[in-house]
Amino acid sequence: MISTLFLTQLQILINEAMTEFSAPDYLPALPEIFLGGISLILLTIGVFVGNRITTLLTWVTSLVLIAAVVIILSLNINDQITFGGLYIADTFGTFMKCLVLIGGAITLIMGMSYVKNEGMKRFEFPILILFATTGMLLMISANDLISLYVGLEMQSLALYIVAAFKRESIRSTESGLKYFVLGALSSGLLLYGATLVYGFAGGTSYEAIGNIIESGDLSLGLLIGLVFIASALAFKVSAVPFHMWTPDVYEGAPTPVTAFFAAAPKIAAMAVLIRVLIGPFYDAFDQWQQIIIFISIASMVLGAFAAIMQANIKRLLAYSSIGHVGYALVGLASGNEEGIRGVIIYLSIYMVMTLGAFGCVLVMRKRGQMIENINDLAGLSRSNPPLALVFSIFLFSMAGIPPLAGFFGKFYVFMSAVNADLIGLAVIGVLTSVIGAFYYIRIVKIIYFDKPKDSFDKPINIEITATLTLTGIITAFFFAYPSPIISGAAIAARSLLP
Amino acid sequence: MSDWPILSTITFLPLIGAAFILFIRGDKETVARNARHLALWTSVVTFGLSLLLIAYFDISTADFQYVESVPWLSDYNIGYHLGIDGISIFFLLLTTFLIPICILASWDAIKDRVREFMVAFLIMETLVVGVFSSLDFLMFYIFFEGLLIPMYLIIGIWGGSRRVYSALKFFLYTLVGSVLFLIAILWIYLEVGTTDIPTIMQYNFSPEVQIWLWLAMFASFAVKVPMWPFHTWLPDAHVEAPTAGSVILAGVLLKMGGYGFLRFSLPMLPEASEFFTPLIFTLSAIGIIYTSLVALMQKDMKKLIAYSSVAHMGIVTIGLFTFNQQGIEGGIFQMLSHGIVSAALFLCVGVVYDRVHTREISAYGGVVGRMPVYAVTFLVFTLASIGLPGTSGFIGEMLVFVGIFKVNTWIALLALTGIILGAAYMLWLYRRIIFGELTKENLKSMRDMNWREISIFVPLIALALLMGIYPSPFLSVLHTSVENLLIQINPDTTTEVLSSIDIHSIFNPATNIDK
Repeated sequence: MISTLFLTQLQILINEAMTEFSAPDYLPALPEIFLGGISLILLTIGVFVGNRITTLLTWVTSLVLIAAVVIILSLNINDQITFGGLYIADTFGTFMKCLVLIGGAITLIMGMSYVKNEGMKRFEFPILILFATTGMLLMISANDLISLYVGLEMQSLALYIVAAFKRESIRSTESGLKYFVLGALSSGLLLYGATLVYGFAGGTSYEAIGNIIESGDLSLGLLIGLVFIASALAFKVSAVPFHMWTPDVYEGAPTPVTAFFAAAPKIAAMAVLIRVLIGPFYDAFDQWQQIIIFISIASMVLGAFAAIMQANIKRLLAYSSIGHVGYALVGLASGNEEGIRGVIIYLSIYMVMTLGAFGCVLVMRKRGQMIENINDLAGLSRSNPPLALVFSIFLFSMAGIPPLAGFFGKFYVFMSAVNADLIGLAVIGVLTSVIGAFYYIRIVKIIYFDKPKDSFDKPINIEITATLTLTGIITAFFFAYPSPIISGAAIAARSLLP
Repeated sequence: MSDWPILSTITFLPLIGAAFILFIRGDKETVARNARHLALWTSVVTFGLSLLLIAYFDISTADFQYVESVPWLSDYNIGYHLGIDGISIFFLLLTTFLIPICILASWDAIKDRVREFMVAFLIMETLVVGVFSSLDFLMFYIFFEGLLIPMYLIIGIWGGSRRVYSALKFFLYTLVGSVLFLIAILWIYLEVGTTDIPTIMQYNFSPEVQIWLWLAMFASFAVKVPMWPFHTWLPDAHVEAPTAGSVILAGVLLKMGGYGFLRFSLPMLPEASEFFTPLIFTLSAIGIIYTSLVALMQKDMKKLIAYSSVAHMGIVTIGLFTFNQQGIEGGIFQMLSHGIVSAALFLCVGVVYDRVHTREISAYGGVVGRMPVYAVTFLVFTLASIGLPGTSGFIGEMLVFVGIFKVNTWIALLALTGIILGAAYMLWLYRRIIFGELTKENLKSMRDMNWREISIFVPLIALALLMGIYPSPFLSVLHTSVENLLIQINPDTTTEVLSSIDIHSIFNPATNIDK
């Protein structure tokens, strides 16, 4: 079935190419082409030179990611479709891609010392991250279920490997395997949904699907296809009830990889979810709104309650990220421009806070051993006051206490929910955020109120210090100059909606 | 004068001071000493600046003064908007007045992590001043809820033995109320299209919407005030907080609830406020009697005063919901008086606590023999708390009762019972601590208050007596704004307001002269 789908699609493409006799416009896809090309070159270099140049490769990769941001911003293409309708470049994509790239670059830099200390210093690591990021950009820009699938698989396969990158650690390999098995399942769901949609809509391109639904012909098969696709994407953003892999994978994977998981792929998958639902399935809003409301409430509630009992900081952050996805989905459930804007703002702030929080986790090292138990943070405020302050800022911000950045994220999504008459959803949201506040400030309690234990290893690497300073300042003083993110998100949201 | 942003200066000066304190370098002792001095001077200068506000204040208008307005989240029509009127100016002054006193009171009491303590306190001052001077709903909310962070840390780091439990309880209790308030703000914003408070005050919400909005706001303010039965966080937080923390909690933070009712619930949601008046009256009356009875049985001094705070704030809420000039002005006056008196009482507890390190009432007795100056100070505030004529407590209670008797005699009667009980528990507390035989060994070596402590209490005593003997300057500033508030609540009451001036003028000869 899949192969026939591919073949038909290929036939259509060939036909189009034959009739038009012109090469596609490559320019809009320049960032992906650039990243893909560079990653192949780096891979070749790596194969020949070996693990000696891992550090250099990591720096180069980060620079390449930043360069891609520059390319995207300087191209600044709005609403251009190319490659026979497979690929779209718009402001929404630009914004989300920049987020993903920055998140990827920061985790790479931040994780460098971890990679060195934990015996993960192999040249494939930065290159796999680069491949994954390329896949994410592809899926953000996908304008067709086929290119969506290709992009998604490209990132997923690279991610499965990096999750298991600490080969000698049972937990790491287990997390990689778990991620792979469940990820393959979700890919299957996506494909199955795509075939159903193709069968009932007669096409895989977003325009074709959108036109069918707009004409009012929302058949049952199409609807089931929509549910399958939404489920697969919910899996990728780790929304309840497709979240089961998250705590295990987050806990088991090497910490920089976990940070990367929490920042980049989640944002990319969220971008895809938004694009698919707001794009081709926009006219089935009444149908998917119920799904989104349900998974949003379920994620918020589970994220709030399940994290309370966690003793492992990475596991706790996993549940916290599930909760954050729930809050972001509140904006999507409103389905209007304001809601999308809220989601984009929320994701931007979420990324900054998450990177910061994982930066703090990367510092948790005693006598050369990484530690992950929350109680080991006891008395951090005495042994390392600046770190305690920064960590508390992230935690209060995640709890949504003003004037920190996290509050503004919640403010915008809840505003869109109230605007869309989803007051019940907003009330549940704020109440779960109070429950969530409990476990965040419990960590603050451990940091500030508890008796000190022996302190963490010093000094902290310059890369992590720089990251923490940057993310900390953004989180604490977002209120002073919020307009870049807020107006950027506004333009991005406007470009997406019809 | 007008182009200098004085309100912003007052609001953010403490924050700048806090930033400087963060960068003090040196050994532990130097840092602590410099942090104390820097914090004290910052707060004193802030207080001095805030006196300029009252010096140039125009009492003939109910409009907001010293207004500053800058676009902030301009896409959303949300601005940075500051300004004060006759009501908020006093709360602002109360804050800037109490903070230097708190810093002096923690001079020796806080020995550990002095720098962090002073930073937290100054950040808190910024946030509290921000609450009372914001004219934008979102800003108000940010300041209002941002307060939780420094207060949580102050209770949790420098508090007593059960500090962790109390800090968590305080944080979560207040947060639950606040987030519902946030939903109300969002709703208002979407209905009116702005978060500008003066604009929203002119807007008429439909009665059904008002009910919901009122309840959401009530959730927040009732916890903050606190009203029975939402008061349970207060005794815990008070008891465990360090002295300065209790002072600021009782003196200022509780007033934010009353201020919220006054600034938002009453003028923006008048119909709902009227609808819910019986609820407020009932809860307040129960609260006054219940907490007074509970206070009678306390073994811990701070807990006793904490419960008395709940009772006094019950009188405030009754006053605010009488919808007449005497009641509302009485409620505000009572809040200010309580801000000074209960703050002073907590400081009094702090004085003996620093010497004996226990708050058990039974551990004291016969203190007058060793500490005569302290005994007199404590007596003044005990009597002011009871509401003896000549002290600030009397004026507030008197006005509230004049107001409530016009509205509901039964509630007035019940609330009066609370006053009698109040006299009972306060006098009994005084007797057990100050009088009696000096039998306990550790009390025999106690020394009377030193100059630093006396200098803390002098301004408080002066103010408590001044407000009790000559309240007109205070009331005359309030007057126009409260009148304006009453017109906002009910445009038809203008005649009633005018006829009530006769009774009011007993306490306010100044307005008579003006007229």
